[in-house]
Amino acid sequence: MLKRLTLAAMLSLGVASGALAAGERHGGTLVFTAPYGSSFATLDVQASPHTQEEFITQAIHRALYSWDSIQNKPVLELADSEEVSEDGTVHTYHLRKNAVFHNGKPLTADDFIYSYKRIANPKNAFPGASYIANIKGADAYIAGKAEEISGLKKIDDNTLEITYVGPINPGFPLMQNTTVIYPSNVEDESSFAKTPVGLGAFVFKEHVPGSQVVVEKFDKYYEEGKPYLDRINIVLMAEDAARDVAFRNKEIDVSILGPTQYQAYQGEDALKGQLLEVAEVYTRNVGFNPAFEPFKDKRVRQAINHAINAPLIIERLVKNKAYPASGWLPISSPAFDKDKAAYAFDPEKAKALLAEAGYADGFEFEVTASPNESWGVPIVEALLPMLKKVGITVKPKPVESAALGDAVTSNNFQAFIWSNSSGPDPLNALRCFHSKTAQSACNYTSYASPEFDKLYEAAQQERDAAKQIDLLRQANNIVQDDAPVWFFNYNKAVMAYQPWIHGLVPNATELALQPYDEIWIDENAPDSRK
Amino acid sequence: MLRFTLRRILQVIPTVVVVALLIFVIFSVVPGTFAASLFADGKHAADPQMMARLNEEFGLSKPLAERFWTYVTDLAQFDLGTSFRTRQPVIDLIGDRMGASLQLAIAAMLFALVIGVPLGFLAALRPGSVLDTATMIGAVSGLSMPQFWLGLLLMYLFALQLNWLPSFGYGDGSLQNLILPAITLGVTPLALLARTTRAGVLDVLNADFIRTAHSKGMSKMKVVRWHVARNALVLIVTTVGLQFGSLIGQAVVIEKLFAWPGIGSLLVDSVAIRDIPVVQGTILVIVLWFLIINTAVDLIYAAIDPRIKQE
Repeated sequence: MLKRLTLAAMLSLGVASGALAAGERHGGTLVFTAPYGSSFATLDVQASPHTQEEFITQAIHRALYSWDSIQNKPVLELADSEEVSEDGTVHTYHLRKNAVFHNGKPLTADDFIYSYKRIANPKNAFPGASYIANIKGADAYIAGKAEEISGLKKIDDNTLEITYVGPINPGFPLMQNTTVIYPSNVEDESSFAKTPVGLGAFVFKEHVPGSQVVVEKFDKYYEEGKPYLDRINIVLMAEDAARDVAFRNKEIDVSILGPTQYQAYQGEDALKGQLLEVAEVYTRNVGFNPAFEPFKDKRVRQAINHAINAPLIIERLVKNKAYPASGWLPISSPAFDKDKAAYAFDPEKAKALLAEAGYADGFEFEVTASPNESWGVPIVEALLPMLKKVGITVKPKPVESAALGDAVTSNNFQAFIWSNSSGPDPLNALRCFHSKTAQSACNYTSYASPEFDKLYEAAQQERDAAKQIDLLRQANNIVQDDAPVWFFNYNKAVMAYQPWIHGLVPNATELALQPYDEIWIDENAPDSRK
Repeated sequence: MLRFTLRRILQVIPTVVVVALLIFVIFSVVPGTFAASLFADGKHAADPQMMARLNEEFGLSKPLAERFWTYVTDLAQFDLGTSFRTRQPVIDLIGDRMGASLQLAIAAMLFALVIGVPLGFLAALRPGSVLDTATMIGAVSGLSMPQFWLGLLLMYLFALQLNWLPSFGYGDGSLQNLILPAITLGVTPLALLARTTRAGVLDVLNADFIRTAHSKGMSKMKVVRWHVARNALVLIVTTVGLQFGSLIGQAVVIEKLFAWPGIGSLLVDSVAIRDIPVVQGTILVIVLWFLIINTAVDLIYAAIDPRIKQE
C-alpha cells in the first residue's frame, strides 16, 4: 500500500501504525471529524476554498491530479498516463477508462472541459479560477473575452490535451479542491450544492446542515478492491474541548489537536502512541510593511528576527506543536535548505543593527492580529517584552480573522501576524515574493528584490527538476536574508486516532485531510464501527 | 381583547424595523468582507480579481445608500436575500436549522419549568427550611455557572464517565442527543424561575388578601391553589416569556459546543466569514422570535389578570 518512505514520511514523527500494516479489512463505519467550523458552507466544492469543504471532496470527488502524501508530490489521478511536449507546455492525458461518475456517466474529456470552464466562468467567480488561469486561453475566458478556453482540446473521449501558459507542474493547480471534475451531463447545476455527484470512492447519502454529511461506499469506484469502508459519517465538531471528550469516549475516530491537547495527550500512556504528526506547509510569520518608515531598512527587520526568542515561544505557548522557522519555505518543501541556519536569538546583535539603522532609541509599531492562539494576539503579547528589551514598543491591534485578511490585502497595516501557505509547490509559494506579484494577491509585504526575481524567473523556465529546486532554494535564502517577515514557525499538525483505525497518512498539505479510500477499520473496533 | 391584541401586534412592527436598520448599519461598518474571508486562513494566496468579482456580484461595491434601499425593499417583500457562501436563499438556510433550534429551546424550557417552578413554590412555602436553602444555593450556582463549562462538565459525567448519553451531535434527532444540550441550556432559566417563583409566592403569601382568606377559615391547600398560585402566575409567566424568548439567542454557545445544528451555530459561522445576508436574516429571526414570545406573554397576562388589559 505504501511503497516509499520519503521526506514527508520521515518528518512525520508518529505515522499511524496502521499506515504501514497489512491485512486490510473491508466494512465498517468511520466517524471522521471536520473541525474547521460548525457547518459546511456548500456541497458544491468547486465554489469553496475552505478546508472544511475538502472533507467532502476527499470522499466524493476526484481531480486530474491528487496529492501523494508519501511521495510528497502531486500524482496523476484521473489519467493513466501523460505525454509532455518538448517545451513542457503541452500535456496529453490518457484518461482512466474505468472511471464512472456516481450518476453512471463514464468519465470523458468533455467532463474536464465542462468543469474547467465552469470553474473559470467569470459569472461564477469561483476561487479555482486562478488555478485554471494556468491553462492557455483561460485568462481571456475569465475576462469574458472568449467563449472557450483555447488550451483545452478533446482528442477523443479518453484523451485530453491541455496547453499550459508555461512549463509549470500542473499537478499543483489541478489537484485542488476547487478544480475537481464534475459530470457534464447534469442539467441543473444548482443541484451540485445539494446532491453532489463525483468520481470518488464514496457516494453522497445525506447532509444534515450543521451536523454531518454521510457518504457510502461506491461500488463502481475505479480502484479495484477499494474503498474498504462501507460508510463515513463526517461530523462537524468545531470545539476542541468537545472533540476531546468525544474522542476519549470513542464516539469519533480521529481528532485534530490544538497545543493544549497535544501536551495533554503526550502525557497519557493510552493516548501518546495514537498521535500522527507532520510538518505542514504553513509558515507563521509577522509581515512588515515597507511603507512604514523603520521597516524600509533591512537591518531593522533583521534586528527584530534576532530580538525574538522564537523557540521559547514555541515551547511555552505553542507547546512544541510547531517547528522553528529558518526561512519562508517549510521543512517539508523540496527546496528547504537544511544547512541555512535560522536567525539566532541575539538581543545584543539586534541592538547593534538597530543602532546602525538609526534606531538606537527604538520605535513603536502596531501588529494587526487575529485571536488565533498559535498565530494571533497571544503570540504578539509574548513578543512585547522581548522587543521592549531592544527598545521597540509593540502594540497589538486585535481584529477578527475576516478583518485580518481585509487589512492585509488592502495594505492597511504596519505589521501583521498570520499563517500563510508556503507549499507544497515551492515555485507557487515563492511567487508571493516576486516583485510583479501584486501586494493584494499575496506579496503582502510588497517585497521587491532584483536578485530574487532573477533566480525566480530562471526557476520558472528551468525544466530540470533538480536544477529548478536548487534555484528556488537560493531564492528562498535571499528572502531569508532580506527578512520581509519575522520567521516564526512551521506548523506541526497533530491528529489523534483510535487504535482500530489504519491507513492514515502524514499529509503535509493538511493533516486533517486523509485518503478515505485507503482507510480501514480492524476487528478491535467497537460494534458501532464494525 | 381584540383591540388590545391588535395594538400589541402592531407594536412589533416598528421594533422590527429599528432592529433591521441597526443590523444593516452595524454590518456595513464592521471591517472585513466575505471575499477577504475566503483567504483568511492563509491557505490560499488572495486573488484580487476574484475578490473584486465577488464584491461586484454581491453588490458590495455599490454605494451604501443604494445597498440600504435594496435591503429595505427586499425586506418589505419578506425576502431575506441570498447567502454569499451557499448562494441559496437565506430563508431556506434558516428553515433548515430552525427545527433543531426550536427543539432545543422547547426542551430546555420544559426542563426549566418542570423543575424550577415546583422547587421555587415549595421553597417559598417552607422558608428557611433545608429545601429552601438548597434550592437557593442551587439557583445561585445555576445562574453563575458559565454554560460552556457546565456543558463540558455534563459531557464528562454523562458521556465519558457513565456512558449514558452521546456527548455531541444531532444523531437521528433522538431524545438521547437532545438531553445534554437541553439541560445545559435549561439550567439558567431553571435557576431564574426557581428564584422568581419563590420571591413571587412569598410576596403573595404576605399579602392582606391571603390573611383574609385564612381568617375566613379557608384551608391552606385551598388558599395556595386559589389565591397564591394564580397571583404568583403573572411573575412566573413574565420570567418564562423573557427566558423562552431569549433562549434561541443564548443557544449559540451550546449549539457550537454540542455540534447541534441550530441557527445559533449558523449565525456564528456566518459572522466569521461575513456572510452578511445570513447574519442579518438570522438576527432578525431571533429578534422576531423574542418579540413574538413577548407579545404572547402580554396577551396571556391580559387573560390571567384583566387589570392589565384595562391599563
